[in-house]
Amino acid sequence: MELIQYAFDNIDLLASRTLEHIALVGVAVGLATLTGVPIGIAITRNERLARSVLYAASIIITIPSIALFGIMIPILSLIGHGIGYVPAVIAVLLYSQLPIIRNTYTAINNVNPALREAARGIGMSPNQRLRMVEIPLAVPVIMAGVRTAVVLNIGVMAIAAYIGAGGLGTFISRGISQSDPRQLIVGAVAVSLLAIIVDYSLLALQKRLTPKGMERAASTA
Amino acid sequence: MIRLDSLTKVFDTPKGAVVAADHISMEVPAGEICILLGPSGCGKTTTLKMINRIVRPTSGKVFINGDDTTGMDTQTLRRNIGYVIQQIGLFPNMTIEENITVVPRLLGWDKARYRERARELMAMIALEPDAFLKRYPSELSGGQQQRIGVARALAADPPVMLMDEPFGAIDPINRAVIQDEFLKMQQALNKTIMFVSHDIDEAIKMGDRIAIFREGRLVQYDTPDDLLTAPKDAFVESFLGEDRALKRLNLVKVREIVSDEIGSVTPSDTLETALARIDDFGYSNAILMVNDKRQPAGIVSRSVARTTKGYCRDHFQSVPAAVHLDDDLRKVASLMFAHDITWLPCVDDDGRVCGQITQRAITSHLGSRYRARQAADATAAKE
Repeated sequence: MELIQYAFDNIDLLASRTLEHIALVGVAVGLATLTGVPIGIAITRNERLARSVLYAASIIITIPSIALFGIMIPILSLIGHGIGYVPAVIAVLLYSQLPIIRNTYTAINNVNPALREAARGIGMSPNQRLRMVEIPLAVPVIMAGVRTAVVLNIGVMAIAAYIGAGGLGTFISRGISQSDPRQLIVGAVAVSLLAIIVDYSLLALQKRLTPKGMERAASTA
Repeated sequence: MIRLDSLTKVFDTPKGAVVAADHISMEVPAGEICILLGPSGCGKTTTLKMINRIVRPTSGKVFINGDDTTGMDTQTLRRNIGYVIQQIGLFPNMTIEENITVVPRLLGWDKARYRERARELMAMIALEPDAFLKRYPSELSGGQQQRIGVARALAADPPVMLMDEPFGAIDPINRAVIQDEFLKMQQALNKTIMFVSHDIDEAIKMGDRIAIFREGRLVQYDTPDDLLTAPKDAFVESFLGEDRALKRLNLVKVREIVSDEIGSVTPSDTLETALARIDDFGYSNAILMVNDKRQPAGIVSRSVARTTKGYCRDHFQSVPAAVHLDDDLRKVASLMFAHDITWLPCVDDDGRVCGQITQRAITSHLGSRYRARQAADATAAKE
């Protein structure tokens, strides 16, 4: 009861922190999609390059977020952004690469070879094949990668509160430093709920973006 | 017209170079269907795919309607060649209309023109445009999908089509139907077609010419009839099968060997007349009875005519079967075996009797090719 009371008393703050959190993750994963999808498509043309890129992205994702923030402080201090918004966005951008690149790469590579041959045989250029056939067919799997990245990074962004990025993590960090379980629990629950709600919303978006003729195939997959 | 000139493909594999197609030279005249036939790995598919550069030739040239395609832009070349594959390859994210208009759209046709074309194509493959154009491939049966695959290949009206085992994945009943539909369409369209198959019966049914491949080489290139009567070597013989003479039955239509001389009686003739006619025509067992529209109505047998008095209308047996002028001899032979008879009445489009076909005529027709060949061989031996 006490917790609910606290949440209601601070509803404005909770709302603004939530929006802040969504904005941080949204900007970072948005940028990550803009870089990851083209990279994922590009590496389907070269298997060796694909292996190195995926390997690098896997290494990045194993770095603990606290360590990553630590590394970035001296580097980004050079341009006056050692802490705050910029390193938080960069961290999430990096963590998002693996799910997005890997899903894009797999989805494009897994397009039925018969469809690719048909597309070539009727005279589509490589770019037309991508635009008219391969990317539309890959959209559901690419979107699944984006979802993974978003959910993963809603968690990461909570830790970014420690470098002053804001967001729902502020409740948690203050809860710990002020020994206030109310803030700590409200922050943690809010982060979890946000992750779940966003995941379902993106799933709905994924279904909307799935080409119509593939709905049956996608629902059984 | 498609002409291949020393078309060769060498694949570099870890085990060394593999020659998949070895100096293939052949010509398919305009408007004909050429079947590339052979066991798997014989080079037939490689040869086909070199024509539209899905497989890049190591050396050799491809001519289409007399033009060397070597210098042509690959995409332009492909847009002018219809391509149908066994796996069909309809794009699942596009409606049927989008699928069949994809080549016209690539070619930059305006919307009104390609939408009109889509409806024409649907009519051609006998699918209702309003029911199908807005649907997606996953909602169609395999046979319907392959019809759409053929329509897509025909969309921009290319002079040449390549078909890679197009009906291989369709169940036998639907396959026969689609083959017939396709042949009917081809009569109107007159495309020059290269068609890969591994099914000898399909090859005989569909092909104006058949090219037999083995281990990357073109072994024999002939019309189905020449191929079946004169296989070049033991490999071709074994590939065509022991029953290759019987397969020729598929190639001959009743029309070609029907004898228009057929004795008949009418229901109002007496049995005496019937017996006289049977003797006049030299029939051993029976004579056909026709009604006033000259449709087959019954059979009056010799034994009945000899021992009974009366009119034909009271003493006939039913007609076991009749064949149409456009039926092939395979059906005729099958009916003869099934009913244990040596002749059948032939009817025209109106169902009127226009002649008869006998077992002797069939064997004599089929045998004439072999006799001609033996005679030629004998002359050749003397020289």
